[in-house]
Amino acid sequence: MRYVDEFREPELISQTSEEIRRLADPGRHYRFMEVCGGHTHAIYRFGLKDLLPPNIELVHGPGCPVCVLPMGRIDDGLSMVAGEGVIFSAFGDMMRVPGTHGSPLEHKARGADIRIVYSPADALKLARANPGRHVMFFAIGFETTAPSTALTLIRAKAEGIRNFSVFCNHVTIIPAIRAILDSPDMRIDAFIGPGHVSTVIGCRPYEWIARHEGKPIVVSGFEPLDVLQSVVMILRQMQRGEARVENQYRRVVPWDGNRAALKVMAEVFTLRSYFEWRGMGFISQSALALNDEYSDWDAEKHFSIPGIRVTDPKAAQCGEVLKGVLKPAQCKLFGNECTPERPVGALMVSSEGSCAAYYQYEHRKSQLVSIPA
Amino acid sequence: MVVASPRIRFRDAQIEMAHGAGGTASRRLIEGLFAPLLFDSSTEPLGDSAHISINGTRLAITADSFVVSPLRFPGGSIGELAVNGTVNDLAVSGARAEALVVTYVLEAGLPTEILEAEVRAMGRAAHAAGVTIAGGDTKVVEHGKADRMYITTAGVGRLIPGLQCSARSARPGDAILLSGPIGDHGITILLARGELDLEADLSSDTRPVIGLVEALAEAAGPGVRWMRDPTRGGVATALNEFARDCGLGVFLCEERVPVRDAVRGACELLGLDPLHIANEGQFLAVVAPEYADAALDALQRTPGGREARVIGEVRAQPACAVLVSTSYGGTRIVDMLVGDPLPRIC
Repeated sequence: MRYVDEFREPELISQTSEEIRRLADPGRHYRFMEVCGGHTHAIYRFGLKDLLPPNIELVHGPGCPVCVLPMGRIDDGLSMVAGEGVIFSAFGDMMRVPGTHGSPLEHKARGADIRIVYSPADALKLARANPGRHVMFFAIGFETTAPSTALTLIRAKAEGIRNFSVFCNHVTIIPAIRAILDSPDMRIDAFIGPGHVSTVIGCRPYEWIARHEGKPIVVSGFEPLDVLQSVVMILRQMQRGEARVENQYRRVVPWDGNRAALKVMAEVFTLRSYFEWRGMGFISQSALALNDEYSDWDAEKHFSIPGIRVTDPKAAQCGEVLKGVLKPAQCKLFGNECTPERPVGALMVSSEGSCAAYYQYEHRKSQLVSIPA
Repeated sequence: MVVASPRIRFRDAQIEMAHGAGGTASRRLIEGLFAPLLFDSSTEPLGDSAHISINGTRLAITADSFVVSPLRFPGGSIGELAVNGTVNDLAVSGARAEALVVTYVLEAGLPTEILEAEVRAMGRAAHAAGVTIAGGDTKVVEHGKADRMYITTAGVGRLIPGLQCSARSARPGDAILLSGPIGDHGITILLARGELDLEADLSSDTRPVIGLVEALAEAAGPGVRWMRDPTRGGVATALNEFARDCGLGVFLCEERVPVRDAVRGACELLGLDPLHIANEGQFLAVVAPEYADAALDALQRTPGGREARVIGEVRAQPACAVLVSTSYGGTRIVDMLVGDPLPRIC
């Protein structure tokens, strides 16, 4: 398959893996954070740890939109379907995320009208097809998905569709990286930069990480060869004592981002002064809300929502895992009280969540003494 | 006399779609609720059919329900699926289906032409599989209380001589065979629903596998340890069940597992693993190593078996788990399907 198989080519992968071993100083330990949940998933799915020397540790970052959503926001969203005639629509990832009284899927099993959509445009289609109902789209995601929400709102406004609203939970990646770097228990040598987010925002917004924090950051693709090549690029920078932003994912990511996408975002959204991130607390200017021009389509204005803060279960250590301080299996609930089927924290739900990825691909493997090749 | 009530371990508060998806939740429901209340405390793992003995004649018996949406899809329809599903459940438990009985649950308002098309499809499929439809029943529910049409088929079959399948007879070194490319059915249904703006030249693989099973039995009968049709939950779920039932490990070579480009492409786009996608016309067989070549040769010579492959082997480790190795040297554990990415697939 084109654009896939080339990046899984065994010969090139083994060469790159050897190059990593050559470049890595055996006398030191490296901690690289992959910011994006897509990378976390790829690293587990392709078994990339097997291709890295043991002194290179990949630390999972906060770039999983479902995982960073606090439970209170899920409760707020679900409170909207308590009213008659409301259709709750969201991406499939959201369906098993636990709220205080169960996940969207459990609400659906009890009769709430909850639909999976593959794009916000599909939610708008639902609104057109059901003029007597109100369709709420539970919007999540970083700058990757925010432009499609923005475009959908622009279309809803242009067509004058009034039975549609967006519950906006879009967040932005830069403040999250800043929060991680500010966190006292965090020691990261370099970043594998998010690929999909960067298709929209480009590479410039990361320059402060290199310039002021002195950490290399390489924006990376999601195939095995992409991730390994990014590790090579980081190691080369470190070997030369450099800290720069580099773009490994040039086939997709333009250095200046996608101007059209940034323009529609600016047209629809405004920065919230602060927003709660699960496990990381309140981060200032880290999330988007609909601006006044779009308040008629803002679910937070259309519905009266409880807006109650729900604290995570005490024993769950989602925050530490999210920030990369703990490995998934080091959480007390991992694998016993918290499993992909009965998740306590959202990290166990989304395929991009490090706990779910670890559980699915790794944890039984790690229980074995040795794996015969 | 005091009869102890069987202990129920199913603690889920309500039934959700995942309980019907064939993965971990389904297994929990069956083993935690149905089995303790309905079945003798047999130690034999639950298979695709039950073997019973009537006056010394050994028979296999099974039942399956079909709730697929949409009713028709490229390569097949619910009527055809209802025959092939039950014929295949019997086939992989080592039996040739002799007769089926059929139940239709119909929603008031269903156009007769749709019903007639499915009854005709069922008749054609039964003829192709060499099985008699011996009887049946029809129920109608109010409009809105069912989604057009559900079909249940129950079948009895005669055991194929020379086959003695049980996961527990598996040994390290056994070969794992797959009859052909995987994921066609699940991805076809997903695309046929039209919820994704994706198109592919793909059709369901629904077909009876009895011909292939008989060819395998003839060529390698004494070496066949276990068979399963990887329907809901896909190859990964079927092999995890096998691994848990025999206490051994399954080692798969990902590059040897046949997957069509259209299926791979759709899975890449949607973040699905082809190993978790449903099939309706394939089966897996675990075969003793000394019979593996003969088994593969027999499958590949039989019509519909040209794409059969040896995809891996049974190993002592990782016990009770499925380990997949990639062409470039990485490995990953593949678990049973969790949740339900594609509801109502069959």
